[in-house]
Amino acid sequence: MPQMDEALLRSLTPSVLTVLVRRGADFAAAEDAVQDALVEAVRVWPADRPRDPKGWLVTVAWRKFLDAARSDAARRRREDRLEEEPAPGPAPAVDDTLQLYFLCAHPSLTPASAVALTLRAVGGLTTRQIAEAYLVPEATMAQRISRAKRTVSGVRFDQPGDVATVLRVLYLVFNEGYSGDVDLAAEAIRLTRQLAARIDHPEVAGLLALMLLHHARRAARTAPDGSLVPLAEQDRGRWDTALIAEGVVILQGALARDRLGEFQAQAAVAALHADAPTAEETDWVQIVEWYDELARLTDSPVVRLNRAVAVGEADGPRAGLAALAALDASLPRHTAVAAYLHERDGDLATAARLYAEAAHKAPNLAERAHLTRQAARLNARRSR
Amino acid sequence: MAKYLLLKHYRGAPASANDVPMDQWSQEEISAHLQYMRDFAARLEETGEFVDSQALAPEGTWVRYDGEGRPPVTDGPFAETKDLIAGWMVIDVDSYERAVELAGELSAAPGAGGKPIHEWLELRPFYGVQPTITE
Repeated sequence: MPQMDEALLRSLTPSVLTVLVRRGADFAAAEDAVQDALVEAVRVWPADRPRDPKGWLVTVAWRKFLDAARSDAARRRREDRLEEEPAPGPAPAVDDTLQLYFLCAHPSLTPASAVALTLRAVGGLTTRQIAEAYLVPEATMAQRISRAKRTVSGVRFDQPGDVATVLRVLYLVFNEGYSGDVDLAAEAIRLTRQLAARIDHPEVAGLLALMLLHHARRAARTAPDGSLVPLAEQDRGRWDTALIAEGVVILQGALARDRLGEFQAQAAVAALHADAPTAEETDWVQIVEWYDELARLTDSPVVRLNRAVAVGEADGPRAGLAALAALDASLPRHTAVAAYLHERDGDLATAARLYAEAAHKAPNLAERAHLTRQAARLNARRSR
Repeated sequence: MAKYLLLKHYRGAPASANDVPMDQWSQEEISAHLQYMRDFAARLEETGEFVDSQALAPEGTWVRYDGEGRPPVTDGPFAETKDLIAGWMVIDVDSYERAVELAGELSAAPGAGGKPIHEWLELRPFYGVQPTITE
């Protein structure tokens, strides 16, 4: 199937699903029917592309739903009341996609379930694609999704939800990055764009800006051999200036509303990095101020750790180490930050020892390799 | 075809011939080592012998049941644990000889001075399936 058609299919998924729900199908059955219709479209469209793709999908999905409901009813030896229901009319123009976002991110779901359900019901990905992206067997992912659907089966579809929970889910998807044939970061951006087009909310805009600003650096973030390139050493010529410009405009629009939230503040930090032509020209004083705002908004220890790094750049490594000393040493990446600040302070022996210790505690292989390299670099310099 | 587990240890294996910790290597030596590991896995994917590869963080926790209605007991990590697994690769090959050959290649990954580490890897066969035809 051509790429364009797949993108079209995926963008139509949520509205087709909501048409079925509006017609009275329960969410879980409707969602299954839409998946079946998508699979059918992938099979049929390449040879015979419909003139009205959405109408085609609604018709096929509704038929799949009726078929499933009939065989279900037959199995339970019940009277098939659906036979008597009127034939489906034209698809209503009401857009309930927003409700779908709320349902898939419902607070009763665990984060992993909400992520999986969102990718399938809103994103139009197949269970197999989601399973591959999260490196679990397809049967496991299928179970996770069907359990999630059971969990939200009692939730009324037309109830307003909490935007914050939706943003959490999209943020998680974005952070998972890239594995398998689905680019989760790009998918998260697509879903957040779609959301931003439907709801006027500064934090939605803030998250979209944050994603765009980070995505803009993606090409520069890894070396050809797959190793990590830290922000200060990235080739800024490889940053995507169009994405940065878009992110900055969206962020400015959000900040002008004067309803600051954590995603806007995070995006502001990202924008300040994007704005610096070289690492040396970074406005660390302003970045520290944004971390102060973030600490006020979230009181997260991770924010305070990032703030210590920024203080180290703005006021010198000694100030950074003092800020770090106030934090719990068991925080993830605390040791790595300490190593960095000691190196900047000229204490290479301590820095090398801490880099090796940080490598030992690294949360993933890429960071472990990076931290081991830092230790090796300092050890080589000291032995010379 | 038979499946084998190639086990790499942080501790517990006999000492390697080229036993220098990675944080004492040069940047080029680290790059060469990582490249070798990537190439090895990619080659096994191409030959249709690769199944899985995972790496484990060095610190874990011991857990056991502590009776009805009580939370599990946790302990450790124990610094004195003799045997500490670092990661594994699962391969699906035609013979034991082929498994040994591949383990040997993996053990030849370059380390300090660009020379092979000669690291000891543990090779463990999986139990196979009960054949359908037994007589």
